[in-house]
Amino acid sequence: MQHPHEIALLLARWQFAFTIGVHIVFPAFSIGLAVYLAVLEGIWLKTKQQVYLTLYRYWVKAFSLVFGMGVVSGVVMAYEFGTNWSGFSMKAGPITGVLLSYEVLTAFFLEAGFLGIMLFGMNKVGKKLHYVATCTVALGTLISATWILSSNSWMQTPQGYKIDPVTGRFLPEDWLAIIFNPSFPYRLVHMGLSAFLSVAFAVGAVGAWHLLKSKKTEQSDNHPARVMFSMALWMITFVAPLQLIVGDMHGLNTLKYQPAKIAALEGDWETESRAPEILFGIPDMKEERTKYAIKIPYAGSLILTHSLDGKVPGLKDFPANERAPSPVVFFSFRIMVALGCLMILVGFGSLWLRWRKKLFKSSFFLKLVLCMAPAGFVAMLCGWVTTEVGRQPWTVYGQLRTADSASPVLASSLTFSLILFVIIYCFVFGTGFVFLLRMLRVSPETPNNQDGKVRIGMQPHKVDSSK
Amino acid sequence: MHDLSYWLPLVWAAIVVFAISTYVVLDGFDLGVGMLFAIEKTPNHRNIMVNTIAPVWDGNETWMVLGGAVLFGVFPGGYSTLLPAFYIPITVMLLSLIFRGVSFEYRSLAHTDSQKKFWNSVFWIGSAIATFCQGAILGGYVQGISVTNGVFSGHALDWLSPFSILCGLSVMCGYALLGATWLVWRTSDELEEKSRNWAKLLSVAMFLCIVAVSAWTPFLQAPYLRRWIVWPNIIFVSPVPVLVLVTGIVMWRSLQKGGVKSPFFCAIIWFLLSLLGLAITIWPYAVPPSLKIWDIASPVSSQIFELVGTAFLIPITLAYTLYSYHIFRGKVTKSDGYH
Repeated sequence: MQHPHEIALLLARWQFAFTIGVHIVFPAFSIGLAVYLAVLEGIWLKTKQQVYLTLYRYWVKAFSLVFGMGVVSGVVMAYEFGTNWSGFSMKAGPITGVLLSYEVLTAFFLEAGFLGIMLFGMNKVGKKLHYVATCTVALGTLISATWILSSNSWMQTPQGYKIDPVTGRFLPEDWLAIIFNPSFPYRLVHMGLSAFLSVAFAVGAVGAWHLLKSKKTEQSDNHPARVMFSMALWMITFVAPLQLIVGDMHGLNTLKYQPAKIAALEGDWETESRAPEILFGIPDMKEERTKYAIKIPYAGSLILTHSLDGKVPGLKDFPANERAPSPVVFFSFRIMVALGCLMILVGFGSLWLRWRKKLFKSSFFLKLVLCMAPAGFVAMLCGWVTTEVGRQPWTVYGQLRTADSASPVLASSLTFSLILFVIIYCFVFGTGFVFLLRMLRVSPETPNNQDGKVRIGMQPHKVDSSK
Repeated sequence: MHDLSYWLPLVWAAIVVFAISTYVVLDGFDLGVGMLFAIEKTPNHRNIMVNTIAPVWDGNETWMVLGGAVLFGVFPGGYSTLLPAFYIPITVMLLSLIFRGVSFEYRSLAHTDSQKKFWNSVFWIGSAIATFCQGAILGGYVQGISVTNGVFSGHALDWLSPFSILCGLSVMCGYALLGATWLVWRTSDELEEKSRNWAKLLSVAMFLCIVAVSAWTPFLQAPYLRRWIVWPNIIFVSPVPVLVLVTGIVMWRSLQKGGVKSPFFCAIIWFLLSLLGLAITIWPYAVPPSLKIWDIASPVSSQIFELVGTAFLIPITLAYTLYSYHIFRGKVTKSDGYH
């Protein structure tokens, strides 16, 4: 029988994992899409080719919907630290709360302030200023990611503080050291690229879908779909391999600063040099071994330390109450890596098909890209689980335990809110997802302005002037 | 002589009050417009109403995120005691804001009439519940929160009382008034006339609410009463109720005479005066009746670091927020919308 406090802690953790897991998809989408929109509008202004404006108008509607969902799910996050994690906010607020405030001041307002102009302002401000608004929104999403990743990285690799001996609070001493903590650059780039990849796969899949449909009807070559498909695959071709390199560097950084996380995600129990890489297995926390392991000799050391006899830590090096739950991170990490490898293959495949001039013709490849639509998001969520669960049992690595971070809130309140969140999120964001699919099901070729006026972005609600 | 650890929390308290006031005024009017959906059913009018707030509501809601983030960073002691104390109303408010926020988009994307109807209802119900929760949280806050050793030690339903319910209803009235006066400014013809009539009714209701809350508040905690009735405090605080009355008269006459902008600004002044009255009442407590502003503050190093950026960024933010409002200025009428 678990202690009531442990149940409350577990519920709080589930609630946080659920709400942030849903939320994180939206900002990732917004980051990638905002940058894509800025690129599209930029090319349109430069080349005056109608197809880029068509694509801009097509995707800006999706952006508006996703951004709206991101805002409302994000407001929840800003308050959840207080409702469910008051111990954490009390002790670490002087650092993470300050970083979050900077995010709001430098990014949220910027995005929200210029979003109105981006969506509704084309005919009020003119093309150039409208482009500035699009770029500002894109910049805002990137700045936002920077602060959040800085804050999260500080929780993973804290530095630049000392601990108040009386209150146990973190006292910031060196803000530059806090912001530019050791894992921050790797995490920021890794997360940024994953947002680009996620959106590239989503855009690519939508392009593939419309190309497949056009092939069936043979009525048009669907130029806009070709352009978005091609752009998305260029992105994948270059960014997927780059992501592998960044991920590898991030791994070296984690080995240096969070060896227990590496041990948990590798499923290694004994510290070894010349460690094998466990391809598959089932880590067992009680028996302290990884069952049914399929291993590649030396590969563990080679991957993690870039040398055949590098030392790789095992979980037994760490006290039992300082080990992350290995099975969760073991699998989430492997799914992420497997998807990453698949993405690289897709990129190379597209190069081959381009060379053979069959990029838009190969049904197999179009279907493959269509199936990979969620690949980026799934990989990102798995990476997020790996890094967050891998930090357990700490909220601030090595300094503040998750158990000491929770609020003095009753398990009943937590149960109530968790159930509400799950039901409402599934309904609200599920509906949003259906709307998104419906929106994207319409071909970008379909003209959406009958009167021939140039319009950018959202149309306001139709107001019937006859009445 | 006082040092930085005395002055900084005061500066920050002023900034928090500023952020909350800005939030209340800005999101207040768009939540109010949402609630007015309950009585305005004409599709055309509803679309005009949404069009007046569509380009700005995102920015308005951001002030609330700022309030939370600043509390988190600069007043973690307040953030970590107040939020658990209001666990239920905050959760319900956030969920209502989710519903309301997405219904902006969904109501225009819905394909069938029944879906449209559903998301229209969600828009006003979500606005109403979120507003009620904000008022109830305010009421629960003013009546006091049990704190032991800097940790919330009360019951999950402590916030719920006749007083907090009154506050919830009052804020609903007030936001609806802000929304109605906003529509008087931003719409024309029939809808403007309707809004004017709503505003008249709501201003009377709001005035009664202000009187009721003001009469009740001093009796919640002993220090509150002393603040308002003891000589010589009474000299310093008496302008507040007088100004409330004067503003009310100006607003009423302006509504009668066909004033366009002034009713909205009078409604804003009412809100600011109410917040001022509240601040006078609870000063210098941040978590009444036990924690003062200085008890909940971050280390000086956090406060300074955040202040440097905030001092630059809030004016910049205000500048481009005003710019955005300026771009979308003027009456939103049937014929033009935003084309």
